[in-house]
Amino acid sequence: MSDSDTVGRPGAPGLARGPRGGAAPDTAPEAPISTPQGSGGSPVQPPKVITRPGDKIFKALTVGSGVFVVAMIALIGIFLLIQAIPSLADNQANFLFGRDWDADPQGGLAFGVLDLLLVTVFSAVFALIIAMPISLGIALFLTQYAPRRLARPFAYLVDLLAAVPSIIYGLWGAYVLAPALSPISTWLNEHLGFIPLFATGTSNLAIGQTIFTAGIVLAVMLLPIITAISREVFDRTPPMQIEGALALGATKWEVVRTTVLPFGRAGYISASMLGLGRALGETIAVLIILSSTTSHFGFSLFDGGDTIASKIARAAQEFNDPRGAGAYIAAGLVLFVLTFVVNAFARSIISGHKEYE
Amino acid sequence: MAKRIDVKDLNLFYGKFHAVDGVSLAVPPRNVTAFIGPSGCGKSTVLRSLNRMHEVIPGARAEGKVLLDGEDIYASTVDPVSVRRTIGMVFQRPNPFPTMSIRDNVVAGLKLAGERSGKKLDEVAEQALRGANLWAEVKDRLNRPGGGLSGGQQQRLCIARAIAVQPDVLLMDEPCSALDPISTLAIEDLIQELKKDYTIVIVTHNMQQAARVSDQTAFFNLAGVGQPGRLIELDDTERIFSNPTQKATEDYISGRFG
Repeated sequence: MSDSDTVGRPGAPGLARGPRGGAAPDTAPEAPISTPQGSGGSPVQPPKVITRPGDKIFKALTVGSGVFVVAMIALIGIFLLIQAIPSLADNQANFLFGRDWDADPQGGLAFGVLDLLLVTVFSAVFALIIAMPISLGIALFLTQYAPRRLARPFAYLVDLLAAVPSIIYGLWGAYVLAPALSPISTWLNEHLGFIPLFATGTSNLAIGQTIFTAGIVLAVMLLPIITAISREVFDRTPPMQIEGALALGATKWEVVRTTVLPFGRAGYISASMLGLGRALGETIAVLIILSSTTSHFGFSLFDGGDTIASKIARAAQEFNDPRGAGAYIAAGLVLFVLTFVVNAFARSIISGHKEYE
Repeated sequence: MAKRIDVKDLNLFYGKFHAVDGVSLAVPPRNVTAFIGPSGCGKSTVLRSLNRMHEVIPGARAEGKVLLDGEDIYASTVDPVSVRRTIGMVFQRPNPFPTMSIRDNVVAGLKLAGERSGKKLDEVAEQALRGANLWAEVKDRLNRPGGGLSGGQQQRLCIARAIAVQPDVLLMDEPCSALDPISTLAIEDLIQELKKDYTIVIVTHNMQQAARVSDQTAFFNLAGVGQPGRLIELDDTERIFSNPTQKATEDYISGRFG
């Protein structure tokens, strides 16, 4: 990147006046360039720009696609708001801080999203804490340690994890992992039960329909997402940096520490944030694994409960009353905003990193 | 410090490709040796084999001996990491660590070697930056990233980084090829000063540069594409450029080919 400041300087004057400069016919920088030509005294007319039909059509298509996406996001947000507002107005409980969910339109509506939100964030963060170090290990192994012949198929295998439908993860979690984890969770509960995290929760440990199980399944689902992005970032570490470290007498691990990790750190963090966004919204696997409960969430890994997404999915068949449905849609709005914020945060990390390159 | 290098019958390979054939040469201490020759003749490969950087490329290997004051750096008991700690290297394009400050860049090698005392590191940083003629330009911004310097300054920063660990030998792989003439001159002056303390081997495409900075010059050539490179002639720089014994050398330095 050292000499890019001499090559890629934006001020290269000839460029904007080229015959194909039609993309920006009336932007400010163009004007001072054209004035010297018109120094003969005649009133300066904007130069006629030649555009070809192909360009116009293609531009319209791309602009249309871009607008479409933005419009979709906006429309989803507006839909959620419109549907949620009447129910929120009828709500007897505090929506953001209430812990009980009663969206039965026959009785008075009294729904608070706090418990669902807590379970959602708690399980997603737990999954992230498990997935982040493992993904880092896989990505470093694939880019730095694995022999080339092994790295390719192994990377495909990790990517394949992302292709497994979440219903399969849910079934696997509920019928294979949950019973298998039972001895571990029982042990943790017996010996470390004094820590709130491992306290006896609302779910039966022998069956294992706990946040503990759900979190581990979510972690497996996050692995391919975090690994894939981290791998690409680590792979782009400039070879000159690596050679520089090697020539200073760095061992393999020291090369990773001095060049690969600093270079890829922002990418890794943002990959993790994207993974977090995924974990927050995961529905069906959580729905299958977690046992539903009426008790409040107690910040234990061995609680059952519902995330926002799984709660909505559980109730989806009863959406025959718009007011009851509106309550769930309001919860969906909270999830929408939450994932939006997490993703925006991830993106800001990535763009902050670009300046530094 | 400054040690001599004796290369004995060195053969270098990239996988099955025989890149360099049977090179033997001697580099005396406190002396600048220039490697010149057309592209693909193996001069950079030979240079990289002198601190075992050749073998970091997958499939690359070396046969033969490279003696550093009589000790073979390719002996089976020798750890390549420790070889690289005593034989520093400067690359074609400046490659400071972008996430590190100027100071941390300079002392990166020392930190790898386990030095933790901040005071000692500060001292070495100043000493190395003075040694690389960069101190005056950066002393007010030691904690700023190294990537903010100009190309020539970055290259001197890399030289400071290489000499901060007080190596026995300094290898330079076309250190000026990405620099403008003024920065090139600064580096060449620096090489003359560093010569007092270090054994220096420099690869260059620029024959005037070889003539200006080196005491002895080695000319490498290859018989054709796909053929291994060979050392054609090694002699005092003056002799190489005025009265070479080999016709190929004369042809090359007089610009008749290459």
